Amino acid sequence: MNKFKHLALGLLASLLLVTGAHANTVGIAWDKAPDKTNDLGALQNGSKIFVNYCLNCHAAAFMRYNRLTDIGLTEQQIKDNLLFATDKVGETMKIAMSPKQGKDWFGGNPPDLTVIARSRAGAQGSGSDYLYTYMRTFYRDETKATGWNNLAFPGVAMPHVLWEMQGVREPQYETHSSHEHEVQVFKGWKQVSPGTMTPIQYDQSMADLVGYLQWMGEPAQNTRVRVGVWVLLFLCMFTFVAWRLNAAFWKDVK
Amino acid sequence: MAEFKEISPDAPVGAKLLNWVDNRFPASKLYNEHVGEYYAPKNFNFWYVFGSLALLILVIQIVTGIFLTMNYKPDAALAFGSVEYIMRDVPWGWLIRYMHSTGASAFFIVVYLHMFRGLMYGSYRKPRELIWIFGCAIFLALMAEAFMGYLLPWGQMSYWGAQVIVNLFSAIPFIGPDLALLIRGDFVVGDATLNRFFAFHVIAVPLVLLGLVVAHLIALHEVGSNNPDGVEIKAHKDAKGNPLDGIPFHPYYTVHDIFAVSVFLMIFTAVIFFAPEAGGYFLEYNNFIPADSLKTPLHIAPVWYFTPFYSMLRAITGEMMYALVACVAAAAAFTVLKGRVAALLKGAIALAALLLIAAMMVTDAKFWGVVAMGGAVVILFFLPWLDNSEVKSIRYRPDWHKYLYAIFVINFIVLGYLGIKPPSPVNERVSQIGTLFYFGFFLLMPWWSRLGTFKPVPDRVTFAAH
Repeated sequence: MNKFKHLALGLLASLLLVTGAHANTVGIAWDKAPDKTNDLGALQNGSKIFVNYCLNCHAAAFMRYNRLTDIGLTEQQIKDNLLFATDKVGETMKIAMSPKQGKDWFGGNPPDLTVIARSRAGAQGSGSDYLYTYMRTFYRDETKATGWNNLAFPGVAMPHVLWEMQGVREPQYETHSSHEHEVQVFKGWKQVSPGTMTPIQYDQSMADLVGYLQWMGEPAQNTRVRVGVWVLLFLCMFTFVAWRLNAAFWKDVK
Repeated sequence: MAEFKEISPDAPVGAKLLNWVDNRFPASKLYNEHVGEYYAPKNFNFWYVFGSLALLILVIQIVTGIFLTMNYKPDAALAFGSVEYIMRDVPWGWLIRYMHSTGASAFFIVVYLHMFRGLMYGSYRKPRELIWIFGCAIFLALMAEAFMGYLLPWGQMSYWGAQVIVNLFSAIPFIGPDLALLIRGDFVVGDATLNRFFAFHVIAVPLVLLGLVVAHLIALHEVGSNNPDGVEIKAHKDAKGNPLDGIPFHPYYTVHDIFAVSVFLMIFTAVIFFAPEAGGYFLEYNNFIPADSLKTPLHIAPVWYFTPFYSMLRAITGEMMYALVACVAAAAAFTVLKGRVAALLKGAIALAALLLIAAMMVTDAKFWGVVAMGGAVVILFFLPWLDNSEVKSIRYRPDWHKYLYAIFVINFIVLGYLGIKPPSPVNERVSQIGTLFYFGFFLLMPWWSRLGTFKPVPDRVTFAAH
């Protein structure tokens, strides 16, 4: 009992400290997400996880299914594997669940995920870093209505949808004393029950999923960089010509 | 009125056509006055490219804006989605949108540098006061344009930024709440606000902006450009009446500006193609969350170009009011005791100061924050009459003037930085000192600008051949 009280107080204290330091960042430090936006295999795997697990409660209302052709899927593949029979391939990723149902079931409407990776960036890292951390830090918490809590998003309303893959884990804490107060510092995880994936497989799957979310946030991002290289190469030459032209006109000005 | 000019029937077709036009519209006259025979000082340096660049960005913003308008929907239910539609489904829509969003920030960078150039070389001084005033009006219009444009993507920052800024108007005594209601068209920022901001952003303010830019240029070409030495090139003319130290704008400054444009475009396109969000400064992360009137973000910060002024707004707290009251009292006491003015005027000043202090004690500090924020821009209009130094250019002023200008710039940047950060006791103090310095710099300028040993100003411009 005493131990529990200590832990709760410590958590509260650390939460307050964190809140004081960065008013808009609560939760643990973010892990760096691997960059997968150029890896078509990873993006396709990510899209599969996304459509199968996320796209039941979350919509991606600005993303069209047939945009997935950009990551190497054919329209037939999209129709066969990712669409319900009633949907058309040119439609956006909408869901059947209404905002009202979302509110009733989860206490809040699950956010649209189209640009989630862009919106979650902050001082601690990119939106991908946040999502990669978030998807890997769920833990069992019986005090919550869903039975789950999250270290990157304390008090999250979403249950751990992928718990079968990851299994159940518990965060481990270490006691440190700082400023004459005992604080609990996150140390690592204890696997309580195994999932269908090894921890490494699970991390890789989440990297793929986050890569997909990152790509979906801005499907033109790779085109953008590719075009940008050519534009800058052209401008380098143009600048050289403009520089010499300027010099040619001004050389006789005394 | 120009005489009707006959042209030889054997003249080339082009010459005939031009003559036909010139007899009906002053095409050649306009071209010569503003480009071909507009003599600009030949000693322009790096700092003189930002006017042309600002004009370029204005054109970019108008052209990209037209294309954005073709697919944007000014409707609270559709706006956010229509921006994503532009980003995804409109061919090259992402490029147009990034050009416009990056252009907004680039506009302010270029305009701030352009204004600082004027500040350094005394470009606002007689006879260029109106150029400066038109310029300040352009800056004000630009701020309005940017503020209203920022609401249009209808993200969380769009929404709450507008909510915070419009609410500021309600701090004005008596008319405030009604004024805020008039601006919003509703009791909170909503669909009506979005619609009217759209109308202002795409037509009303751009029209004002274009008119002011034309006035700025006409006034400039009437009196001629200043230069880094701050000497008048018209004082020395050749036999044909052209300034000896002047050089035709075309081709000399057109090639100069083309070079500047190409360097600028390299930086501009690098941002567009490789970092369009610019680390959350040009496109704020929170703005990728659709506006939600029920969820206030923990930290609402305006876009970076407003933050120096936003800092000054936040700096005016109840505590700060005591410092301001002390400043007003000290200024009044000084004038009454030391000023060389009539006794009646002294009495009037003392009375005015007392009334002002009473008003400052009675009214909410928030209102004076709004006054500080607005005053920080308005005070720029008076610069031509605040500067009493005997030379125009910083080059021939005492060295400590240069350091003072350097501190002014650093102070402005620090205020900008603090405006981005969430409030904290330390930040609050620093921004209060910064605010006092900002206003002190301008309000005390009539006094300090004439102090020190000035260097001799040359008769002609200093120019080293390239």
